[in-house]
Amino acid sequence: MKEQLKAIEAKAKEELSKAADLKALDDIRVKFLGKKGELTGILKQMGKLTAEERPVIGQLANTVRADIEAALTSAQSKLKSIAAAKKLEAERIDVTLPGKAPRLGKAHPLNATLAEVEEVFLGMGFDIVEGPEVETDHYCFEALNMPKHHPARDTQDTFYINENVLLRTQTSSVQIRTMEKMKPPIRIISPGRVYRSDAVDATHSPMFHQIEGLVIDKGITMADLKGTLELLLKRLYGEETQLRFRPHHFPYTEPSAEVDLMCFNCHGKGCSMCKQEGYVELLGSGMVHPKVLEGCGIDPEVYSGFAFGIGLERITMGRYSINDMRLLYENDMRFLNQF
Amino acid sequence: MDLSMRWLADYVDCKCDIKKFCDEMTLSGSKVECYGEEGDYLSNVVVGHVLDIVPHPNSDHMFICQIDVGESEPVQIVTGAQNVKKGDYVPAAKHKSTVLHEGKQVKITKGKLRGEASNGMLCSLDELGLSVHDFPYAIEDGIFILGDDCDKTVGKDIREAIGFDDKIVEFEITSNRPDCLSVTGLAREAAATFNVPVNIKEPTFKGVDGDINEIMSVEIHNPKLCPRYMAGYVKNVKIGPSPRWMRERLRASGVRPINNFVDITNYVMLEYGQPMHAFDLRYVSGAKINIRNAKAGEKITTLDGQERELSEEMLVIADAEKPVAVAGVMGGEYSGIMDDTTAVVFESACFDGASVRTTAKKLGMRTDASARFEKGLDAENPYPALMRAFELVELLGCGEVVKTYIDCDKSDKERKGVTYDPAWINGFLGTDIPEAEMTEYLTRLNFEIKEGKAYAPYYRIDIECKSDLAEEVARLYGYNKIPDTIIRGVAEAKLTRKQRFDRTVTNAMVGMGVNEITTFSFISPKYFDKIRLPENSPLRNTVVISNPLGEDTSVMRTTILPSVLEVMARNYSLRNAECCAFELGNEYLPVDGEVLPTEPERLGVGIYDTAGKIDFYTIKGMVEELLDKCGAPAYDVARPGEDSAFGEAAAFHPGRSAVIIIDGKEIAIFGELHPETLENYGIGCRAYAAKVNIPELMELCAEQKTYKPLPKFPATTRDLSLICDDELPAAVIEKTIRGAAGDILESVSLFDIYKGQQIEAGKKSISYSLTLRSHEGTLTDEQADKTMEKVLKALKEAGAELRM
Repeated sequence: MKEQLKAIEAKAKEELSKAADLKALDDIRVKFLGKKGELTGILKQMGKLTAEERPVIGQLANTVRADIEAALTSAQSKLKSIAAAKKLEAERIDVTLPGKAPRLGKAHPLNATLAEVEEVFLGMGFDIVEGPEVETDHYCFEALNMPKHHPARDTQDTFYINENVLLRTQTSSVQIRTMEKMKPPIRIISPGRVYRSDAVDATHSPMFHQIEGLVIDKGITMADLKGTLELLLKRLYGEETQLRFRPHHFPYTEPSAEVDLMCFNCHGKGCSMCKQEGYVELLGSGMVHPKVLEGCGIDPEVYSGFAFGIGLERITMGRYSINDMRLLYENDMRFLNQF
Repeated sequence: MDLSMRWLADYVDCKCDIKKFCDEMTLSGSKVECYGEEGDYLSNVVVGHVLDIVPHPNSDHMFICQIDVGESEPVQIVTGAQNVKKGDYVPAAKHKSTVLHEGKQVKITKGKLRGEASNGMLCSLDELGLSVHDFPYAIEDGIFILGDDCDKTVGKDIREAIGFDDKIVEFEITSNRPDCLSVTGLAREAAATFNVPVNIKEPTFKGVDGDINEIMSVEIHNPKLCPRYMAGYVKNVKIGPSPRWMRERLRASGVRPINNFVDITNYVMLEYGQPMHAFDLRYVSGAKINIRNAKAGEKITTLDGQERELSEEMLVIADAEKPVAVAGVMGGEYSGIMDDTTAVVFESACFDGASVRTTAKKLGMRTDASARFEKGLDAENPYPALMRAFELVELLGCGEVVKTYIDCDKSDKERKGVTYDPAWINGFLGTDIPEAEMTEYLTRLNFEIKEGKAYAPYYRIDIECKSDLAEEVARLYGYNKIPDTIIRGVAEAKLTRKQRFDRTVTNAMVGMGVNEITTFSFISPKYFDKIRLPENSPLRNTVVISNPLGEDTSVMRTTILPSVLEVMARNYSLRNAECCAFELGNEYLPVDGEVLPTEPERLGVGIYDTAGKIDFYTIKGMVEELLDKCGAPAYDVARPGEDSAFGEAAAFHPGRSAVIIIDGKEIAIFGELHPETLENYGIGCRAYAAKVNIPELMELCAEQKTYKPLPKFPATTRDLSLICDDELPAAVIEKTIRGAAGDILESVSLFDIYKGQQIEAGKKSISYSLTLRSHEGTLTDEQADKTMEKVLKALKEAGAELRM
């Protein structure tokens, strides 16, 4: 019987080494180890053995079974990895073929820029306030120290609805509405659409966007205005940004300042991009005029503050090197898809 | 304001080059727009002396000239001009020079003209960029023959020789500084900026004896609109061109020279910022000047030859009978200086700024004079200006100034000081400037400091309060020297619910592959027809712009739909194969009895795809996904009724459009656009649109989402194939299923609709998959069967039966 067992083991191992697939392995398992298998057949004859022989042969039979099982497992894993490798080989594809992305929509470049500006200001503690676009003369001009017939009104060609109602020419109107409602300290920005009677061309549009900022508190200084704008513009344009503040005139601020950005192209030397000036005009700002504060019931002897107005189009066009403002309102999908 | 640097040099020496001058002036508050040199397009053009001139052998209209250009040999130049003589001095453009031709710079090189060498070109005024206004003795269509007022040094650069080499700086002067619309004003600013002395002398004149009151009289009828009127008289006037230096400076300042008297008034205006007027006394009836309001219906023909009707609030200068000038704006046609004028009255006056501005605007004529007056000139101004005019008349020798002059002065002479508090200024600016330094800045600007107050010089009409003084100090100290500080104190900012909701909507749309667009808020009233709005639609009641740029932008939109359609149409015409666009923007709805309209926010969506990948269910899916993302409660989908809250319903395909109803309120409309709408917009494929009322939706949405626990027990799925009338809406079936199944129904989804073979005509087969789940325990088959029985019973009542 010993010999028989040894022969079975040798036979099983030989067949295993020849098996070509998992099915063949399984057949071999059934043939040798199955209920009607050869090994089982041998073990069924154990009864004929003597009491001395039985444990010896029984142990041997177990060893043979274990050996065959081990050989079977190893053959199985070998075949599996061969099959897996074959499958992987067969599944090779051209990875340079185009991808199939679900299409994402794009935020309009103006709003993408606005979102970033808002982020900076939210971080600095500025709330975002909105106001009406169809506005009264009072909020757009009168309360901003621009009574009727004020010459500065000429610089803002206005669309009128009637004598008293107009399309706001600046988001500064929201300043007044805010100061009337809120008590200092005030820290707000007010982004929105504004309107001026300019025909459409590469740098003008009858509708555009402004972001107005306003800070009112005790002890607010012009140095604070400078620091705030410096921070904003460095966040927007990078740490190497250089600004230039220069005197200007707005009826609703005193002192007033325009802020220029050093030309990125020539670094202040003067080139065609900055019209030889070395700087590009960016925004208007100033300390809120005492008459404006008074008009809103805020005592200019106690409080002071600053305001500024930024053109969103200008920043956006600068950021993305857009050279024609019309593109922003034409909404050509080929344009919008680029952002 | 164009400033001649040569003129400025009369008054101040800034001791720097023009670049530095411009930079420093800009930083102290006088913004330089640009600077340049006169005639910089001319090069290598010199004074030439005509040594010889002979007819061209091969031409009957050309001449061959030998020109001495200061070189060892004369240069031969062929000219076609007929006015050149031997001995003349002419502008000679040499080989490799540049001149103007039809307003453009062109290069001149040597060549041959009909076989004769021509080594350059003789120039006309036009080719130098000048006109007969600059050199009145020259002829229009010939070579410019240099007169005695030119430097005739042979070989000298022509620009230098004829005084066409001034440097010009263009300033942008803000409306609060009319004093800087003058050479002396800018000279004062330059002196303060560079801290150098300014040399403005008080003008003087000798005059001849005579009593002006015997010659003429002046009466101010409205001192509010004319606080001061000065008049001077010049007799034995000789009208002629003014001298070259005066013409040169006028030209550099952008003013055309005309004749000596007109030039003097312009010269004084440019120099002192005070507009003046010169009348021919012959045309001042009764030799009487009345400054009065116009009478209703009164007319005047102004210098530009136009007849203008005046109204009562306008101020005029009138003689005994009629208006001869519109005060501060423009003179009358017949009162001006003519070639045969012998007696001139100079007017130097102060008019109310607002009045001049209104008048000029109403008459539609803005002049150099009105632009200055409207900003508010001080009543001190007319005096030095009149004296300077007298001085110039004597300098030019073109008339005799009568010593006495009229000065009707009703102006308020009181000068108000402004509190001067250096500590406050430092606190306001955030600086630490010593008081002495501040005082020095103000003194440089001609302020007088007295008893804690600062008194501005008369020409500074803009100084009213402490912060004005702070600006004066700051601009001379240097804005860029003020430190940059961070605002003290802590402030917390957060977005409002609306702002967060807007962001949710935008993110959802972008996430669904829709591009954000930005369109104008104003539209054409014709767009309402394009979207098929009924004639009586309330959406046709708009906020109308009274002075629009054009009809296309003349009313504020009451619906966002046409804006979106315009964008789709534009993209279609640009042959873009697909367009997915949305805008989150306002509509502007007039409200009865209110001054201002409401401005509700709307989401407008428009999509098309020429490949036909998009259908009704695409836009519906987008709207539903948006509602889900926004946290909208349960809603119904229905066809828009006759009385739909959405006036835009007519723009849509009647069979392929729907509204979303939440709590009985229509929140959104969407669907395929009506073929006629598409035709009106020239869109050649099916297109879809949606409009969502954002604030209304926000009100209905949960502000905060709450987590529902994940199921602990397995679900059972049952499929249902039904047969029903084709007309029975899927929404009814779904609602019936939900109603009958109750809480145990977790979800129901449609997976097949079939019409055709094996299905009776007018019927459809519709299949759903139901997911049933209990939160108490695993559902038994019995429980599920019981639920399905209830569902089938309800469906039968609704008109849908199980398909066998």
